[in-house]
Amino acid sequence: MLDNAQMRDLALQVRLDVLEMIRAARSGHPGGSFSAVEILVELYWNVMNVRPGEPRWSGRDRFILSKGHTCPALYSVLARRGYFDPAELLTLRKLGSRLQGHPNMHVLPGLDASTGSLGQGLSIACGIAHGIRLDDRESRVFCLLGDGELQEGSIWEAAMTASHFNLKHLTAIVDRNRIQLDGTVSEIMEIEPLADKWLAFGWDVIIADGHSFPSLEKAFEHCAQTPFPSVIIADTVKGKGVSFMENTCIWHGRCPDEEEYAAAVNEIQGGLS
Amino acid sequence: MKDLCLKPTREGYVEGILQAGRENSRVVVIEGDVSRSIGSASFGEEFPDRFFNLGVSEQDMLGEAAGFALEGFIPFVGTYGVFLAGRAWDQIRTSICYMNLNVRIAGAHGGVSVGPDGATHQALEDVALMRVLPNMKVLVPADSNQTRAAVIASLKADGPVYIRFGRNPVPQVYSSGEKVRIGKGNLLREGNDITLVACGAMVSLSIEAAAILMEKGISAGIIDMVSVKPIDRELLVQQVGKTGAVIVAEDHQITGGLFGAVAETLARELPVPIDTVAMQDTFGTSGSPERVMEKYGLTAIAIAEKAQRMLQ
Repeated sequence: MLDNAQMRDLALQVRLDVLEMIRAARSGHPGGSFSAVEILVELYWNVMNVRPGEPRWSGRDRFILSKGHTCPALYSVLARRGYFDPAELLTLRKLGSRLQGHPNMHVLPGLDASTGSLGQGLSIACGIAHGIRLDDRESRVFCLLGDGELQEGSIWEAAMTASHFNLKHLTAIVDRNRIQLDGTVSEIMEIEPLADKWLAFGWDVIIADGHSFPSLEKAFEHCAQTPFPSVIIADTVKGKGVSFMENTCIWHGRCPDEEEYAAAVNEIQGGLS
Repeated sequence: MKDLCLKPTREGYVEGILQAGRENSRVVVIEGDVSRSIGSASFGEEFPDRFFNLGVSEQDMLGEAAGFALEGFIPFVGTYGVFLAGRAWDQIRTSICYMNLNVRIAGAHGGVSVGPDGATHQALEDVALMRVLPNMKVLVPADSNQTRAAVIASLKADGPVYIRFGRNPVPQVYSSGEKVRIGKGNLLREGNDITLVACGAMVSLSIEAAAILMEKGISAGIIDMVSVKPIDRELLVQQVGKTGAVIVAEDHQITGGLFGAVAETLARELPVPIDTVAMQDTFGTSGSPERVMEKYGLTAIAIAEKAQRMLQ
């Protein structure tokens, strides 16, 4: 078990990895990767029961990255957790790399599904949760959704299914950074009131600070106990950790130039303990 | 070849999933509020724990199926083909084919022969939509016995399989012991002058067409290409090599279906004159199956006339 300072350092390391990966690839999605960092670190170090040396172990908890475009953060977390050598991170998006632009489960260990087309991950997670229950196994299933992604109707089909079949081993996390590719979520297509929507669909809803480990820890503990499918609405900041990337849609899918890269690295390194 | 008793191919689907469910405890059935229409409700009665009706939500059905398959189950997802292949195409592409998952997709109400429900419910593009997807196998059985056999054959396949069946009763072409092998067609009749290649409801009509042609002194071979993908290249080239002319018959749009598959194969391997009896880039309409098929020229007589014209 890592202490809070170690978790914070890990999160900073993941942000540095993401920056370096996107710079090497000359493309990628920094904004939504940065907003999801603490959620992923909390899941992989504190919440999920996994064996990085045995990635297909049947007793593992499952994780589906429905917002597949933010895979640089997941790849870094998997590498730092021991699924593969962090040196491979710099191959992101390059020909022959196992680190595809969006996750491909068949080439990279640690991925429980291939994703990238928004709106599909929650249905996959429901099917996995259904299958696990049919086999009388205990694994939990986690699914990370973007807030812009909730504009996909298929998400709400899956939300009905999870509640209708009471898939209580399923926890969704909404990375509510309030910004999508073209602008703010409320400008483009309002999804609020979000907690009310999930409640109305029969889910147990908990709101957390998506950049605070104690807040996330409490939320995940709550979800482990609830008799319903649960969703953590994690309030986050798009581009979190690099001031000029924060709260702007410009950095949804843009690669920093050398000057921006140096400034970003400086700022993140300044936070390391 | 069997007697001409009429039976909808969907009944073979139900027999197939019941047999599959008894033989393999990993088989689950996912439904979209049409289980009483296509008959799979009986699977739910026999195996209530392995039957999931997800309501009217095709996109979710296919995503859920992917999840089940990831956990080692073999899900059969059944609803009307037009909504499966159309509405949920992106789920089938990314969540199923890209991961090469063992999902069996059962497209009911295939073709204009659906009849009275009209254009919205007649799947006419499904074979094309499924055939373009990497890893996907496409089976279009001709009768209920072959449909049951296709379901059983799909159990052992690696990766996704689309099985298309119809609503309208069609003549039994095969006996109850029929087996389907993915990638293999059936040579129903040897011929010397022309080869009729058909699938689904058009197989029995091609048998009728061959009889009409025989009366006119034309010897027509018949291939039932139940495995549209992978297509039986060997059988096709071997039989067409003898006849040198081909008519393809299918209850599907003219583009992208069996005609496309046959033409693509022969264009490379054995270019010969080839024509088709199919829907001519148009939507269907309501009416009795027989009258609707007549309207669009999907008849034994139309097949025979095309064959004659080609040979003139």
